[in-house]
Amino acid sequence: MSKEQKPGWKTLTRGGLILDAGNADEYATGGWRVKRPEWIPDNCIHCLFCWVYCPDSSIETKDGKMTGIDYEHCKGCGICAEVCPAKEKAIVMEPEGGKEDGDE
Amino acid sequence: MNKRVALTGNEAVAKAMQQINPDVVAAYPITPQTEIVQIFSKYVADGKVETEFVTVESEHSAMSACIGSAAGGARSMTATSANGLALMWEVVYIAASTRLPIVMPVVNRALSAPINIHCDHSDAMGARDSGWIQLFSENAQEAYDNAIQAVRIGESKDVLLPVMVNLDGFIISHAVENLNINDAEEVQKFVGEYKAEHHLLDKDNPITVGPLDLQDYYFEHKRQQSEAMKYAKEAVKKIGKEYGELTGREYGYFTGYKLEDAEIVLIGMGSTMGTAQAAVDELREQGVKAGLLKLRMFRPFPAEELAEALAHVPVIGVLDRAETFSTNGGPLFTDMHFALYGQEHKLIDFIYGLGGRDTNVSHLKGMFEMLQKAKDGQPIDRINYIGVRE
Ligand code: SF4
Ligand code: SF4
Repeated sequence: MSKEQKPGWKTLTRGGLILDAGNADEYATGGWRVKRPEWIPDNCIHCLFCWVYCPDSSIETKDGKMTGIDYEHCKGCGICAEVCPAKEKAIVMEPEGGKEDGDE
Repeated sequence: MNKRVALTGNEAVAKAMQQINPDVVAAYPITPQTEIVQIFSKYVADGKVETEFVTVESEHSAMSACIGSAAGGARSMTATSANGLALMWEVVYIAASTRLPIVMPVVNRALSAPINIHCDHSDAMGARDSGWIQLFSENAQEAYDNAIQAVRIGESKDVLLPVMVNLDGFIISHAVENLNINDAEEVQKFVGEYKAEHHLLDKDNPITVGPLDLQDYYFEHKRQQSEAMKYAKEAVKKIGKEYGELTGREYGYFTGYKLEDAEIVLIGMGSTMGTAQAAVDELREQGVKAGLLKLRMFRPFPAEELAEALAHVPVIGVLDRAETFSTNGGPLFTDMHFALYGQEHKLIDFIYGLGGRDTNVSHLKGMFEMLQKAKDGQPIDRINYIGVRE
């Protein structure tokens, strides 16, 4: 967390009103994750079901193809892995930090 | 132009709402308020207003609908009583904290249990700390006048808070009185058009209303609310004066009756203050220096002004039409202690009229008698229950 001074009550908008729409992007929620979705590109058929279903807009795409996961905002709900229709799942949920902790 | 008419309190408030012509009215019935929204629905059906009339399935929904419409920039109203207000509780707070200038007449009625449909102030007192501005009315005239002023007060630039217009159930709401009503056009001119600075239907400037507000911001928003209440105090005064210029009926925080030279004074709110005038008149004829202070604005609480107005009064009786169960008296009693803290006054609490228990002139004379005894140095209980059977 940066130590920058937040605005005081005299300058804040009333009642918590947010005037710049779409600022959820600035709020990193990735730290809430217990499990993380791992994408396996070789299994992916680029149907974009995961993109449609992700409640946090965390599936990254380019030119209509799945390209990865935004771990800054992904909360690890597992919906993408659940809906993935590929014959061999192209997204699987792994324990967050599992590999780093060496508990494979 | 004033017109003299005979109306019940509920009819008078519905009339005020018609003349205000709000953008949205959310309606749910509850005794003794029901008539207000029922009469208003007739105005809607007859094309006398342009209001979007939303019939909802509960009071919680009524206030939620008002919050939604007010956040969309619409001038919004609803009305309720007692348990209806209690059911609203969650969203009553949200209306104030989201800074939405909703206006809500509350026809005061005792809270259950045991179930009771008659007047006391326990409903409004439950919303005392919700962040709403609370005005009380002595009669249909004041209820009508308060409803119109409430629109302007709540929508004032630095205020933006909801306003509760209180009137005593049945005593005011169902009794017919003669009162002056304004010209509809004058009311329209007085309330003006509501233009919210930011609202949800402004598609060119999209906003978020009511977001998550955690440890790092919530406190600042509460601090803003406290400040807004200070502005509300100014707005109530300014608009009450302006309303007086228009109608000849000026309003402030409170009104004194034979207060200037009074030695014993009762302070209270609502219809009983009318009855108390009769008691004061009788006592004055007997040479007793009795007086009254009728409080109109309960939230924000005009403590400094009250202290000044009562500075010369040695013994003050406080009329509380609600109990706090703190064992320290009613809500107004507590506030009066704050207002007069550090001064020499003797304060005595009279809890009266709960569940619509009749409070007549002789009860009020009895209270003055107790104040007189206290003034003469006789011991009088601090907290008294008037009109209850032992
Ligand atoms: S785990 Fe949930 S939040 Fe994360 S990418 Fe998948 S669907 Fe989105
Ligand atoms: S749902 Fe599965 S297969 Fe479809 S794009 Fe996402 S990861 Fe690929």
